[in-house]
Amino acid sequence: MSKRYLIRRLLLVVPVLLGTILIVFALVFLTPGDPVNRLAGNKPLAPSTYNEIRTRYHLDQPFVVQYFYYLDGLAHGDLGATFTGRDVTDILKERFPVTLKLTLGAFAIEVVLGLLLAVVAAVKRRTLLDSAILVFTPVIVLGFVLQYVFGVKLHWLPVAGIRDGPSSYILPSLTLGLGLAASLGRLARSNVLDNMAGEHIRAAIARGLPRRRVVGRHVLKNSLVPIVTILGLDFAYLMGGAVITETIFNLPGLGYSLITGIKTQNGPLVVGLVTLSAIIFVFTNLFVDLLCARIDPRISYE
Amino acid sequence: MSDDLLPPPDTEVKPHSMTEALALPTGAKQLTLWGDVWRKLKRDKRFYVAAFLIAIFVLMAIAPFLFLTKDPNACPISDSTLPMSKQHWFGTDILGCDYYSRVIYGARTSLEVGLIVSSLSIVIALSFGAAAGYFGGWVDTVISRWADIWFSIPTILGALLVLTLFNGGGPVLVSLVIVMFAWPDMTRLVRSTVISGKSRGYVRAARTMGSRGRRILRRHVLPNGIAPVLVFAAYVVGSSVGAEAGLTFLGVGLRLPTISWGLQLAVADTRFPEDAYLMFWPSLFLCLLIGAFILLGESLRDAMDPKLFGGDG
Repeated sequence: MSKRYLIRRLLLVVPVLLGTILIVFALVFLTPGDPVNRLAGNKPLAPSTYNEIRTRYHLDQPFVVQYFYYLDGLAHGDLGATFTGRDVTDILKERFPVTLKLTLGAFAIEVVLGLLLAVVAAVKRRTLLDSAILVFTPVIVLGFVLQYVFGVKLHWLPVAGIRDGPSSYILPSLTLGLGLAASLGRLARSNVLDNMAGEHIRAAIARGLPRRRVVGRHVLKNSLVPIVTILGLDFAYLMGGAVITETIFNLPGLGYSLITGIKTQNGPLVVGLVTLSAIIFVFTNLFVDLLCARIDPRISYE
Repeated sequence: MSDDLLPPPDTEVKPHSMTEALALPTGAKQLTLWGDVWRKLKRDKRFYVAAFLIAIFVLMAIAPFLFLTKDPNACPISDSTLPMSKQHWFGTDILGCDYYSRVIYGARTSLEVGLIVSSLSIVIALSFGAAAGYFGGWVDTVISRWADIWFSIPTILGALLVLTLFNGGGPVLVSLVIVMFAWPDMTRLVRSTVISGKSRGYVRAARTMGSRGRRILRRHVLPNGIAPVLVFAAYVVGSSVGAEAGLTFLGVGLRLPTISWGLQLAVADTRFPEDAYLMFWPSLFLCLLIGAFILLGESLRDAMDPKLFGGDG
């Protein structure tokens, strides 16, 4: 990897991150209602108290200044406090492990099943297995189906919540993982098929290499860059909190608290959550790009 | 798919490249790229399934009355949650409305969202993505960084935020908000397609013959790079229908009196798992609609991939 590419790629992170946080911040800033009154539970406040709170949270400053105060806090790992006085960072720390476990479960299913499906589908084209990648059930449907069949009817797995330990994560992970595996399978399959048509593959077959080696060494290696890219994007999205899945299965993760935050008009919590997910997204993407440049050196000389 | 994109296979047009002309067996009719795509689609069972389902859903959206005899808004509360019967094929919902009629009417909303998101994404991608890819330099920098910023906010999360500001809305608003966060995907795709397309031989030939920038982009680069965009557009229909249902289910998307599968799922959730049939029917239709567009995308992809021409497909 060329040093120039590394530096250029690192520098790109800064404007994107600033812009993303600005958008999220602006969106929540636009939310109707006076945050000070909300903090007071919409009861009348003495003007002096009101003004003191406004000053303490920099609400008397223009939007841009508030944005810079927020960035300053963010740089120190401080995401502000909610209107009930709790540190947003504390809430995120509390919810993070739930989303992390769910992400790891779903991601494992995606990687294993998705790659398996892709190879099988490409090698055995136009068979029943080839169609398995067409599983297109949206998360919202798959979630309820799994919950109903394995939780409610068969009683094999917990229906909702996280009181039952690791087994609580099986159904939610499947809900997310199966769909992602299918879409990864579709992408990887088309990529593998493209590469199979390449001349170097024909040459490898002509040289008499066993099929497994041709697929493993020559085809898959060339399909690695797009696959790694998609895996990175999916991982980042999962870490941002799977809102629908966490709602269906009552998992108190980041997505679940985002919904709670929105319903209770908890602005600082919402900004904190979406900012965290954007930060995770930007850095995962950075990592993936550097990884891809490692896999395929041509990328860094674009 | 409009007819001007797909000429009938027997149209006599010059082959678009030497290799293809050579690959054709003697006596076979000469084919265009699109004629070839059409020929391959006609042999693909997945395409027929997709076309059949989409035709039905479009009919449902345009003329729902063809499918039913009952008014979806006639809801005697005394008929609440009746089981399936000859009177009510899918039973009735909580308010006593005929569930079959409600589910049929939901097709219009979903299709509307899917088509708006998909066509707007195409328009944005073909203008901004193509400009970024073709002109490069600062145009590319500005557009690409702008796209990166929006790309970094997950669609569902961003849409959740914006729709909360509006306190929900109709299909058009929900579609616009989804586009707001979903457009960078296709724009990035078009950009990279244009970049790889503009160094091709026929583009260099056109430039040598004196064609200017915009004409080259319009006449040579875009038509030859349109295949991945169409395939992706089919997927976008599916994913945005799913996104709408999810957002509505979470309570920030569509609101009554709109009839939508997402709203039906949200209501069904309050009666789950007791009245599971309330969940079943909109779920089934949602899957069929999304599945139809993914199947369409898959069959288009296989038919349009030039590398697979002449393969075992």
